[in-house]
Amino acid sequence: MAKLMTEQRFASPDDVYQLLIDSHRDLTPDQSTRLNAKLILLLANHIGDAEVLAEALRAARQGVE
Amino acid sequence: MHATFSYPKYSFTPSDEQRTGTVRRHPVVVIGAGPVGLTAALDFARKGVPVVVLDAEDTVSVGSRAVCYAKRALEVWERLGVGQRMIDKGVVWKIGKVFNGDRMVYQFDLLPEPDHKIPAFINLQQYYLEDFLVSEALKSDLIDLRWLSRVISAKQEADHVVLQVETPDGVHAVEAGWVIACDGARSSVRKMLGLDFQGEVFKDRFLIADVVMKADFPAERWFWFDPPFHRKQSALLHMQPDNVWRLDFQLGWDADPEEEKKPERVIPRVQAMLGADTPFELEWVSVYTFQCRRLERFRHGRILFAGDSAHQVSPFGARGANSGVPDADNLVWKLALVLDGKAPESLLDSYSDERVAAARENLLNSTRSTDFITPKSEMSRVFRDAVLELAVDQPFARSLVNSGRLSTPTTYTDSPLNTPDNDVFAGRMVPGAPATDAPVERDSHPGWLMEALDGRFTVLYAAGDDPVPAEVAKALDSLAAGPLPLAWHAVTERRRGIAGELVDSAGRLRERYDLAPGSVYLIRPDQHIAARWRRFDAAALSAALYRATGR
Ligand SMILES: Cc1cc2nc3c(=O)[nH]c(=O)nc-3n(C[C@H](O)[C@H](O)[C@H](O)COP(=O)(O)OP(=O)(O)OC[C@H]3O[C@@H](n4cnc5c(N)ncnc54)[C@H](O)[C@@H]3O)c2cc1C
Repeated sequence: MAKLMTEQRFASPDDVYQLLIDSHRDLTPDQSTRLNAKLILLLANHIGDAEVLAEALRAARQGVE
Repeated sequence: MHATFSYPKYSFTPSDEQRTGTVRRHPVVVIGAGPVGLTAALDFARKGVPVVVLDAEDTVSVGSRAVCYAKRALEVWERLGVGQRMIDKGVVWKIGKVFNGDRMVYQFDLLPEPDHKIPAFINLQQYYLEDFLVSEALKSDLIDLRWLSRVISAKQEADHVVLQVETPDGVHAVEAGWVIACDGARSSVRKMLGLDFQGEVFKDRFLIADVVMKADFPAERWFWFDPPFHRKQSALLHMQPDNVWRLDFQLGWDADPEEEKKPERVIPRVQAMLGADTPFELEWVSVYTFQCRRLERFRHGRILFAGDSAHQVSPFGARGANSGVPDADNLVWKLALVLDGKAPESLLDSYSDERVAAARENLLNSTRSTDFITPKSEMSRVFRDAVLELAVDQPFARSLVNSGRLSTPTTYTDSPLNTPDNDVFAGRMVPGAPATDAPVERDSHPGWLMEALDGRFTVLYAAGDDPVPAEVAKALDSLAAGPLPLAWHAVTERRRGIAGELVDSAGRLRERYDLAPGSVYLIRPDQHIAARWRRFDAAALSAALYRATGR
């Protein structure tokens, strides 16, 4: 059963999007890659559910190849 | 180079068969006198089975090989009478520290629990280990150790195997009812049978140096990612007996193994690690590439593979000898019962099933560690470095740092030999699990549960504060007098004078096995749990014994 929540959840989506973009300001692509990796690890642990993570990874990979 | 150990040279004595030109049929021939073959031989002898051991060489393991031996392998050796000698000579340890740069990011304790006879780990050079196993084997009349005896062909017949053996006196035939192939990672028996050894090679090289020095590092496993003395690569340090230290430097795939072995290359690396003013001498230097692979099945008719011939892992996690020894432990009691006509040959298939499951677990752990240490892709490296960076401040990330998950025994969860639980128990002693130790008093002396699990089936009956009911004692006595090797013990809370009782004065047995008065455990000859109940039921116990012997 799907556990990953995909309906919109933010009170202010534009603020969240800007937060993400701003966090990379002045970073080189390598530094951004590092930041993203750390962010994924932090959020994955926060979610704390391997099934949700696996579902999110499947959804994220869709269309990439 | 400096030698702290002088290699024994075992002499070749031609066997009667070779001298007289007769062909003899032996019940069991073990090929290979490495840690696994020697362990199997000692166990056969304990069970009264005569065994011939053929080895191509005439000495023990040469150079830098295994160092770390885990609790479970030591428990097997202890049962066979050699464990204490290894522990006495070895360096006992249980703490591992992982550094990134010059900061510690993670620390683990492999045996946080008190009250175990055998330590979590010891470090001991493989040549000492084999030397001790050989001296023990030489004490037994049932073990016929033949050096400089190389098996060059193996042919399976309907009820035996014919081996051609090459010795300094020429080639002769040896017949065996059963063959245990313990001839190592490059197994020639495997090749003779044309078996696939599938897996992966890790594109990396490691410099392994054993150095002799006086140093005040603690008896702990220290692992560095990206240390100041060896930037962008990993390093490992282990204490061994005789002031010998194992140093391991990751070099990368492009390193030239011949160049890297030269003292003029090695000495500066060691100096950078130890500081220029620490005097040391090199004992042995080699460059390794590691692989993870295994046979699909470990039984091929009358030939059974055990140890590195059946599965090979990278050393991160020390899962090589530590998983080969439980192979021998699992196989020998089964084959001894088959030879005795007390179990069907199909019991040997459970050897393959159980130990293939263990090999899978070990390979998975070993592959994951190697992937962390040697990331296979750019993104894998990015995540690895992110984990190390986060691990400094974020506790969750520390559990992701993988510098080798050290060898732990496998629980045979899905084994058909297990009787599934019908009653409710808490804790880890599920059917298929390796029995855990606890202090007990036996014959008014302090001792350990593991000493009571002596290579026979064992039934533990938790008597609590009551006498053992007469019908229970009668049923257990008649099982003990039956065809299967079996002993039973009452577990009591204080000394009561019951024959064979295990007095659980510290309460650890009760705690670790979740015992209540009336609880019963059936434990296999290899110290794995076969079945357990809350109430004694003679019929259920007999059925579980049937099942555990493959019937
Ligand atoms: C650098 C390094 C570090 C390691 N560290 C650890 C560690 O810390 N802990 C751990 O548990 N494991 C470790 N290992 C793995 C460990 O050394 C092996 O798993 C172990 O030696 C396997 O034992 P074995 O008896 O199966 O085979 P082997 O030790 O390889 O013995 C095979 C024997 O068979 C004989 N033989 C071969 N062919 C024939 C033939 N045709 N006829 C007759 N005899 C033959 C050989 O002479 C040899 O004596 C390490 C390995 C390496 C390389």
